[in-house]
Amino acid sequence: MEKKINHNEVMEVCLLAGKIMMQSGAETYRVEDTMRRIADALGNHPSHSYVTPTGIVFSIDGAGTKIIGIPARSTDLKKVTIVNSISRKISSGDLSVEEAYHALKQVETANLAYPVPVQIAAAALSSGCFLIMFLGGWHDFIPACIAGGLGFSGLIYFHRLVELKFFAEILASLIIGLVSFLFVITGIVHQLDKIIIASVMPLVPGLLITNAVRDLMAGHLVSGLAKGAEAFLTAFAIGAGVAVVLALY
Amino acid sequence: MIVEQIITSFIASGAFGIIFNMPQKSLVKCGLVGMIGWMVYYLLFNHHVNNVMASFAAAFLVAAISQVFARRYKTPMIVFSVAGIIPLVPGGTAYDAMRHIVENQYNTAIQLATRAFMISGAIAVGLVFSEVLNQLIIKFKQSKRSKSAGRQ
Repeated sequence: MEKKINHNEVMEVCLLAGKIMMQSGAETYRVEDTMRRIADALGNHPSHSYVTPTGIVFSIDGAGTKIIGIPARSTDLKKVTIVNSISRKISSGDLSVEEAYHALKQVETANLAYPVPVQIAAAALSSGCFLIMFLGGWHDFIPACIAGGLGFSGLIYFHRLVELKFFAEILASLIIGLVSFLFVITGIVHQLDKIIIASVMPLVPGLLITNAVRDLMAGHLVSGLAKGAEAFLTAFAIGAGVAVVLALY
Repeated sequence: MIVEQIITSFIASGAFGIIFNMPQKSLVKCGLVGMIGWMVYYLLFNHHVNNVMASFAAAFLVAAISQVFARRYKTPMIVFSVAGIIPLVPGGTAYDAMRHIVENQYNTAIQLATRAFMISGAIAVGLVFSEVLNQLIIKFKQSKRSKSAGRQ
């Protein structure tokens, strides 16, 4: 009567769920928690996991250990939400192992991101809004939108060109600095400081900082430090790009 | 004055939701969380509260609201808290520090950098405090329930 549990398949499902979540910017504890829940729901042996931002080790007692590497990370909270709800369905018994694997595979390959023009428009709009929030004048609103939008498009473009995120970030903040500088020279904008700060906001590593702190506090010291280092690198890249323009000024 | 702060912080946080590729139905809630966090910071700062303390209070509230939203809408908490934290990040202070480094005024730069670091720390502590408080409340409720169940 009782169906034999294929631990290998269970491990595959757990690892795939963990990989998608880690790639998309979930917290380490959530990745571990999700994998444990899936393993508990599908199998009957205790499971162990070791999760870092660059790779996941997962084992089920008596069934061996598997490892999966995570070469690149981005921010895609939609995927985190979807995997989260898939794991809920598995826990409640609505999905079998095969169905879950199928659903996760679909999520992994799907491109759920908003269209690039929408993202750039959002970055531009938020730059303008940040200018007002930082007590800039409304006459600088449009220039801030333009600088922020150009900077963000630069980030996307250079990131496609070169796989190195650090490099793309330096160039993006350099573009923002130069565009803002140009606006000031031509007399369109009065406050160089405000427009640069506002336009740089879409590049700020907010998710990484939040995740780093939560991981550190949850006891995931390795992940916390690694994410903190990534956030610091990004902040440094932004600062370096802006500093070049300030040195010219 | 305050109206434009409310509107712009709402739009900015919502737009950040798009950059971080959040689910469509969460975007308005993200904007709401960001707006509340920023208004707390802005009002406190305008009433001459130290900006480290103001950041702490705002981050605390952002995390608290995010937890409520996360439970109600069965969505990971991070979706809401990130949008709320972004406006609080001390970009302006960090920028000022950078500018003084470029101008060879290292003393001022270190002062400003320390301030930026303190603000980031305050945001982090605010997030963590809120989470710890939430866990305490949950534990308290559970122990109460198990006690009353035991009595029956």
